[in-house]
Amino acid sequence: MAGIPHDHYEPKTGFEKWLHERLPVVSLLYDTLMIPTPKNLNWMWIWGIVLAFCLVLQIVTGIVLAMHYTPHVDMAFDSVEHIMRDVNAGWALRYMHANGASLFFFAVYLHIFRGLYYGSYKSPREITWIIGMLIYLAMMAIGFLGYVLPWGQMSFWGATVITGFFGAIPGIGEMLQTWILGGPAVDNATLNRFFSLHYLLPFVLAALVIVHIWAFHTTGNNNPSGVEVRRGSKDEVKKDTLPFWPYFVMKDLFALGVVLVIFAIFTYFMPNYLGHPDNYTEANPLVTPAHIVPEWYYLPFYAILRAFTSDVWAVQLASFVTGGIVDAKFFGVIAMFGSIVVMVFVPWLDTSRVRSGKYRPSFKWWFWLLALDFIVLTWCGSQPAEGMVPVISLIGASFWFAYFLIILPLLGVLEKPLPVPATIEEDFDAHYPPKDATAPAAE
Amino acid sequence: MSQAEDNAGSRRDFLYVATAATGIVATGAAVWPLVDQMNPSADVLALAAVEVNIADVEVGTQITVKWRGKPVFIRRRNEEDIAEGRAVALSELVDTDARNANEPGKEALDQNRTLDEAGEWLVMMGVCTHLGCVPLGNRAGDFHGWFCPCHGSHYDTAGRIRKGPAPQNLHIPISVFLDDSTIKLG
Repeated sequence: MAGIPHDHYEPKTGFEKWLHERLPVVSLLYDTLMIPTPKNLNWMWIWGIVLAFCLVLQIVTGIVLAMHYTPHVDMAFDSVEHIMRDVNAGWALRYMHANGASLFFFAVYLHIFRGLYYGSYKSPREITWIIGMLIYLAMMAIGFLGYVLPWGQMSFWGATVITGFFGAIPGIGEMLQTWILGGPAVDNATLNRFFSLHYLLPFVLAALVIVHIWAFHTTGNNNPSGVEVRRGSKDEVKKDTLPFWPYFVMKDLFALGVVLVIFAIFTYFMPNYLGHPDNYTEANPLVTPAHIVPEWYYLPFYAILRAFTSDVWAVQLASFVTGGIVDAKFFGVIAMFGSIVVMVFVPWLDTSRVRSGKYRPSFKWWFWLLALDFIVLTWCGSQPAEGMVPVISLIGASFWFAYFLIILPLLGVLEKPLPVPATIEEDFDAHYPPKDATAPAAE
Repeated sequence: MSQAEDNAGSRRDFLYVATAATGIVATGAAVWPLVDQMNPSADVLALAAVEVNIADVEVGTQITVKWRGKPVFIRRRNEEDIAEGRAVALSELVDTDARNANEPGKEALDQNRTLDEAGEWLVMMGVCTHLGCVPLGNRAGDFHGWFCPCHGSHYDTAGRIRKGPAPQNLHIPISVFLDDSTIKLG
């Protein structure tokens, strides 16, 4: 399966041979688990396992919550309270599911920024990166659909605002919005279909995850040095890598344990810390909460949506050029989706031949500025749009686009990278010098 | 010469094209119900008009009624509201269309938005034209009309957008006085 030469599964017993000739499933599992993995991976390479855990956690808790939930406007809110008060351990399951979504997004953001820093998106891992972006989009959709289900005030008004994005599309917008909602406004039809899709899409996501893993098992993992594993012979591979099982499985499980301690603190001691009190008020189509905020993991993109008001020159230019078809509302929606779309194209926007940010002195600064920008935009999205917030949002949104569309393409030409280690072994030995010079470090 | 080489409009070609065309039409016909079921169902579409009793609405106050799943504002404006609304020139407005379903295409002057000649009664959808939140009323915002808390759109005393991300004035639904104390929506 993998492009890196390594020992493959050999069926030994009679039963294994019998099975292998009919269905090579053990071989598939063996090759997946024993994949040669660069031995210099650091702690930022644990988020994949955390994410896999989150997916399983959300599907398992979600399936059991669905056994007690009623997707009807008159009963949804009460059925959630029923889960919280009456269902055995219902409160724990619901808090795990709600906070599980937060852990999922926390891990995916670290996973994405890890990829951005170490150039994991670069050739030959473009497909892995693009599939990853599709997974992220699916996560956003699933998170949004799920947040509507408790039918609180934030559920209802969040759904109204988000489905309003589609209404902003010129021409077909209103028709499309009605089609999505199943009526003129968010109502029972909307709640019902959102429940159906919230149940369906995680399985689509699981399929995408398998393709994601398949893709990077074909190319091999990236690593902090950005240097490829030598593929000349199995001996060379052994100097650069260790098998995923047991070395990285144990490391990842340890990290997962630490992460789960923090997750348990949130789930059991501060389960509503990341939520909004407004969502414990039943949905009311006649009253909008004073301050609508999405869940924390959407805030940066929400800030970008709000940043482009009709007094921004870029919006006025777009409106003038298109004869008014692109107004401030549609521009904001384009900017929000565009901020994710630019990430899809980053494999081709980054022109540097050096993969890892470790060896790119100027890139480092811009990267950390992007990470800071992400945090600043998160803050902006959480604040009411008044005072300095719109200005900061606009600067932050502009930098987001500038990083991908201007800075990355230029840096590859202007920057003088530092010398890159010749092999992963060299990078590893620089950190952990072999104790006995006569014995190779990989043994 | 074999039949495969003789391909200029053969009977076989016709069968290929006819089969493919039938297949495409059949697939489309099979998929359409899956798409169309998402559109509003018959009970949602069967939306009766609503009659609203406005006898108890005092000058300078407003009521909110639910119509087709959305809020409708009915405001009985006071002298100050009317004076402020009529003092605004068309050139100061973001959206110069009255957005009045009763009088389509009129300019967004104050008198083109109210239900009566005197300008006392203002009936409009309580749905922000930005992303559909319900604006706060009773002379809220910088222009003493309505203010949308979601993304900070300010509407004036005639419900016209003056500041913020919303692109249009608050829409005015089909509405009519049945008698002095009843307004019919729809």
